[in-house]
Amino acid sequence: MKTIADLKIGERAFVKAFRQVDLSLKLLEMGCLPGSEVMLDFIAPFGDPLGIQVNGYCLALRKDEAATVLVEDSI
Amino acid sequence: MKKTPTIALIGNPNSGKSSLFNQLTGLRQKVGNFPSVTIEKKSGTWLLDPKTESIVIDLPGLYSLYPKSLDERVVIDILANPAHENYPDVVVMVADASNLKRNLLLFTQVADLGLPVVLALNMLDVARDKHLQVNAVKLAMKLGVPVVRINARVGEGLDNLKQAVVQTLERPVITTLNQKYFFNPADQFPELINDVKRTNQLSNNYLALHYVQQHDIFSFLNTEKRVAFDQLIEKYDFKESGFQAAETMHRYAVIDGLVKDSVKAADDFLVKPLWTKRLDAILLHPFWGYAVFLMVLLTIFQAVFTLATYPMDMIDAGVSALNDWLKQQLPPGALTDLLTDGLIAGIGGVVIFIPQIAFLFFLVALLEESGYMARVMVIMDKLMRKFGLNGKSVVPLISGVACAVPAIMSARSIGNRKERLLTILVTPLMSCSARLPIFTILIALVVPATPVLGFFTLQGLTLMGLYLLGLVSALLSAWVIKGMVKNTERGYFVMEMPTYKTPRWYHVGLSVWDSVKSFVTEAGKIIVAISIILWVLASYGPGDTIARAEETVQKSNPALEGATLDNAVAAYKLEHSYAGHFGKFIEPAIAPLGYDWKIGIALLASFAAREVFVGTMSTIYSIGSAADDDNGTIKARMRAEINPKTGKPMYTPALAFSLLIFYVFAMMCMSTIAVVYRETHGWKWPLIQLAYMTALAYGLAFVTYQLLK
Repeated sequence: MKTIADLKIGERAFVKAFRQVDLSLKLLEMGCLPGSEVMLDFIAPFGDPLGIQVNGYCLALRKDEAATVLVEDSI
Repeated sequence: MKKTPTIALIGNPNSGKSSLFNQLTGLRQKVGNFPSVTIEKKSGTWLLDPKTESIVIDLPGLYSLYPKSLDERVVIDILANPAHENYPDVVVMVADASNLKRNLLLFTQVADLGLPVVLALNMLDVARDKHLQVNAVKLAMKLGVPVVRINARVGEGLDNLKQAVVQTLERPVITTLNQKYFFNPADQFPELINDVKRTNQLSNNYLALHYVQQHDIFSFLNTEKRVAFDQLIEKYDFKESGFQAAETMHRYAVIDGLVKDSVKAADDFLVKPLWTKRLDAILLHPFWGYAVFLMVLLTIFQAVFTLATYPMDMIDAGVSALNDWLKQQLPPGALTDLLTDGLIAGIGGVVIFIPQIAFLFFLVALLEESGYMARVMVIMDKLMRKFGLNGKSVVPLISGVACAVPAIMSARSIGNRKERLLTILVTPLMSCSARLPIFTILIALVVPATPVLGFFTLQGLTLMGLYLLGLVSALLSAWVIKGMVKNTERGYFVMEMPTYKTPRWYHVGLSVWDSVKSFVTEAGKIIVAISIILWVLASYGPGDTIARAEETVQKSNPALEGATLDNAVAAYKLEHSYAGHFGKFIEPAIAPLGYDWKIGIALLASFAAREVFVGTMSTIYSIGSAADDDNGTIKARMRAEINPKTGKPMYTPALAFSLLIFYVFAMMCMSTIAVVYRETHGWKWPLIQLAYMTALAYGLAFVTYQLLK
């Protein structure tokens, strides 16, 4: 399954589901909902953490955290 | 309207809540603690009309009423408890209009608790730049509460806000009247909610849900009640996490419907503002990102250690001038000595740190304000994780260069328990400003000011070496302790990256003022108390040995007279004072490090606060030698000190470096121990920290002395 951690910089996708309950609660509250569009904005030096644009702002999260968010390609 | 209504400010992080707080309360702020929890509480007063002064409380920023960090817990603990002394009469919800939907999540939660809310729409200018149009009137009608447009940075719209707050205080608008909720938990669990409402005399469905979800962190519930909730959850087969996720999604769906008419969105929602995009390209760059960070660090050090020395020298000179003047004006005697050598010298020791602390907090506040600190956390995270720390540990570690106490408190933003604990345990190894006077005086004694590479000196390089030693030891200690601490809960790095903003100088100034004020009152109390106690212990002794000092000395050395006699008498007095007895008592333990009983006194005295060391040395050497010799600086007195065993100067490089190393590692700060106790809720970690740092200090000072001897 494709996750946010698999996106390339500038690539967009739609959030589909979460693999991790606790983290999903946090991401949901911050507006990263199933169906929202995300775009990979930056990858920090050494490949971790990542920054995504979601819901109109930029969110930084670690790569293993990003790997718990399943996405599907934009149509 | 109540005589002194309470107004709570609530909002997401980066929504401008603190700016609004500063605008409303200005210098009428105070920092305290919330009752029963050790979370810093900022409150202030705001004049609503000539007769009504309200109390404004700045609650920690958060994204939802389900707390994710310790700080955030206090919000629901207050809002769920009408008996709480800080329970608000009206809530002002500050919302970032450029992120309206996310901000409204928290709004609908607070409103559903049945609290009267005024929505303050902030950052409309940022929203406009993003091509977002927000219609406040339509929004107010949809949400059912007053909506006010403000600009917290410049203080626009505050009169309208005041009007809305006063109106709400007079005629509270509560959206949950007639059981109307944005999200009603009773739709799915009617029996559970009714059960909770009945047994706890509640009338609000959503409050009842929070009792079910969060009873474990409510400070106002006893164990018996908490167990009862666990039984209810089982009885109704209630799934906490699943329900919380469903609640959040439901709320977002409701919000989508509510804002449809009042917010006109841009075509593309995912584009970063131009300047933020440009700056991020540099500041997150694999090379330039670190280069800029290094430059920023160097600038901070340069400011703290060079610019700050000018006001510090002036304070130093001022204090000794005042002391000399007082000694001339006042009749000689014990009280004058207590005032000058004890009290004023002690206060001077506190005041002298103010420039450094002010400079450091000024610069740290600038970095936080501008949005740069979040970038530093991102580029440092991977590196820090290798040592068991977190990108967010950077702030405590940098602040630790000024003072470990606020630094350790700032570790609260680290969500992961283990990473936070490690940060707390190693932060005191960063050389704080209290160590600086010890470093400078000892370095000046034994290291020559030889120029190196043109613009450095050997002294400056030695000083930098000590700071680096502190940093490296902090990282290595974290790496070692990492293996010994179990990770009991998952924490997250997930963090909003704020857009870059020009700093608000007023805000920066207030932050500096706060930290200086708390340093002077907190550390000041300890330092002054110790100075006085030490003066007493060094001036009096058991029996009548002190009173008969002159007689005794003269009997054993009949040839002495004049200043030499005074000197010998003074030295005899110190040796036979209570402090002298203390020093002699511990001398065998510290002799392997090269220290004598006089240094022993200073070590003991500085156990509670290391900044006392230099002051103590100056007290000891000024009592130990006749007071009036003119080259009275502490450095000159230390240089003149003779080791009675060798007949050579006491302060050899071996001894000085042994002391330097000792102070790099030793945990000599009562305030730090107290704050670690508070932050880790027990004596276990402060004692472990004290033990490992003392062991390092003693061991490495021993090695240093034995190698250099």
